[in-house]
Amino acid sequence: MSALSHKPLADLSPFRLKRAVLMGIKSLWMHKLRSLLTAMGIVFGVCSVIAMLAIGEGASHEAQEQIKNLGSQNVILQSVKPSGSASSAAEETRSLILEYGLTYRDIDQIRSTIPGVDVVVPARKMKDFLWNNSVSVDGTILGTVPWYPEMRNRRVLKGRFFTAVEMESRGSVCVLNEVLATQLFPLSSPVGKSVRLQSSYYTVIGIIESRPPAVAGNSSGGDGGGSAEDANADMEMLIPLTTLLERFGEVLVKYRSGSFEAEKVELHEVTIKIDKPERVLSCSQAIEHLLERNHKNKDYVMTVPLELLKQAERTKQIFNIVLGSIAAISLLVGGIGIMNIMLATVTERTREIGIRRALGAKRRDIVLQFLIETILLSGSGGLLGVALGLAIPILITQFADMITIIRLWAPTLAFSISVFIGVVFGIYPALRAAGMNPVEALRHE
Amino acid sequence: MEKALQPIIELREVKKHYQMGPVTVEALRGISLKVFPGDYISILGPSGCGKSTLLNILGCLDQPTSGAYLLEGKDVAQLDDDELSQVRGKRLGFIFQSYNLIQALTVVENIEVPLYYQGIPEKEGRKIAEKLAGQVGLGTRLDHRPTELSGGQQQRVAIARALASDPALILADEATGNLDSKSGGEILQIFDELNAQGKTLIMITHDEKMADRTPRVIRLKDGEIVVDTGKRFDISGRMSKEEEKVSAV
Ligand SMILES: Nc1ncnc2c1ncn2[C@@H]1O[C@H](COP(=O)(O)OP(=O)(O)O)[C@@H](O)[C@H]1O
Ligand SMILES: [Mg+2]
Repeated sequence: MSALSHKPLADLSPFRLKRAVLMGIKSLWMHKLRSLLTAMGIVFGVCSVIAMLAIGEGASHEAQEQIKNLGSQNVILQSVKPSGSASSAAEETRSLILEYGLTYRDIDQIRSTIPGVDVVVPARKMKDFLWNNSVSVDGTILGTVPWYPEMRNRRVLKGRFFTAVEMESRGSVCVLNEVLATQLFPLSSPVGKSVRLQSSYYTVIGIIESRPPAVAGNSSGGDGGGSAEDANADMEMLIPLTTLLERFGEVLVKYRSGSFEAEKVELHEVTIKIDKPERVLSCSQAIEHLLERNHKNKDYVMTVPLELLKQAERTKQIFNIVLGSIAAISLLVGGIGIMNIMLATVTERTREIGIRRALGAKRRDIVLQFLIETILLSGSGGLLGVALGLAIPILITQFADMITIIRLWAPTLAFSISVFIGVVFGIYPALRAAGMNPVEALRHE
Repeated sequence: MEKALQPIIELREVKKHYQMGPVTVEALRGISLKVFPGDYISILGPSGCGKSTLLNILGCLDQPTSGAYLLEGKDVAQLDDDELSQVRGKRLGFIFQSYNLIQALTVVENIEVPLYYQGIPEKEGRKIAEKLAGQVGLGTRLDHRPTELSGGQQQRVAIARALASDPALILADEATGNLDSKSGGEILQIFDELNAQGKTLIMITHDEKMADRTPRVIRLKDGEIVVDTGKRFDISGRMSKEEEKVSAV
């Protein structure tokens, strides 16, 4: 009897699969609202995975860029007003000069005793008003050395940085950062023009990139100033260190809230470049030891960008683990929701299953039918989730001004997982449907 | 003539027991029966006498507790689940009291279902289904849903569906039970025509008038055959003496 000949593969021909899919769509369409609600779990799971990954990638990318800008081979030291004594001492002894911070002796010692220290960039800072005719800005004057831009990865955007010759001759030249340049010279290019600081004029020879906000905030933290000062922390005028020393000496006097405050700080900022990346951490430790010996109160902070970078990577890893768990849980919940509905559907359609079995459906036809429905549910939920997950980061970038990065693997992975969930959570209801006794199923209701 | 002697169905001492806790319900108590090609049989009997149980076993939806069932010479007990499905789909056509159409599908799609499970290509299946729908008088209702049809129309869809795979045997369980006499009469009309075309039909009924309609009547009582008029209408000596169970009725 040819009717009984076995054809196991006939069930999965593309033709049958196509019709099974169409049938699945039809029966899901019959219960549009229920299908939509069921798929929602997956939609939000997938969408949150993609969106969170995009935000996480964006944030860590931004952080890493900033850290890299500091120079991964650098160790950055900054003078800080020693805590505790600082305000009270200044308060009580108004006329006294507060002395703190990094010294030339520190640099000499670091250079001579620690192997691997390549280049040292000293810098002094002061705050004062900068003038272009009648326009004035409360800015930071940074006295430094000609190799500063290269060391700190700051690009000279226009003109040039000052040279060793100008350094030696204590030239009256200056380089403005971009923010200051646009503030002081809103209409024209400042290169070639002059900026007045107190009674002397400085010729603008170039414009340099502004520091990224986070880093700029970090470096100004040492001044211990109020919020008004922080807001201006970005405005920088760079002049030769020698010029700054000659014109203003080592004692800086500030007029603040009705009292004079004098500070003697030799160096506000020192950038040390280590010759090899793998030596950065050991050198930074040696520098720390040396400074601890020289400075009894901690009047400096040390920043090691490489360490920050590693930290950022660790943070990102933790973030990814947390994210992965959240995603896994939300997808699990979505999957359980789908399974729940599919079990209800199987019960509800018991009679239909009996009819189909009576009309020649094999067990695997029934399995296929219900599995396809589950996969369609979770897969369409996944697609919707991908669409939302791609849209949300774009909206965030537009409205919250945050960098988001969508890697191609994120939506791919999220979608595959949603389909996978359909299979995992669909298999049990499908097997239950197929396992029913045809007679019992037909009798159901 | 030799071919006519080969029965489509042969039951030998078929019993069916249901275990209901401590109680064993003996739904069928040893049924022996032969059905030949072209037979037109009505099964009668009081409610609960085992008619549906018998028909389910004949339709390979259920298995006997004991006894043998040969379908077209093949022992059904030897078939696995897939093979049983295939037999149901290809050799048998079912018609139920409550029509049992799939509500999500249209008329023509319902008729196509058995063809789909046999892997008949969509276009071919559609052609067959449309033709059958026309034959049962629903050629203009192809895209209607079952809920948009009257009971009689739904049952005609079910008949078309049962005929789709051109089965050797059509089994109907109280096919007219839910219908008014006019629609029921139309259904029976179709059955008569099908038998006239050579189809083998077995139908359960509790309508005594059916007995007059079909050449062969089997009466069941408490799981046993009390009347089988197979001999009365036997023309060619198809049944041997010991298989007859003719009562004095
Ligand atoms: N699945 C079952 N479980 C237990 N008893 C059953 C089952 N199916 C049928 N029966 C019993 O078997 C007997 C025959 O039932 P059935 O064949 O449906 O009768 P009929 O169709 O002639 O009215 C009845 O007593 C019924 O209660
Ligand atoms: Mg019955």
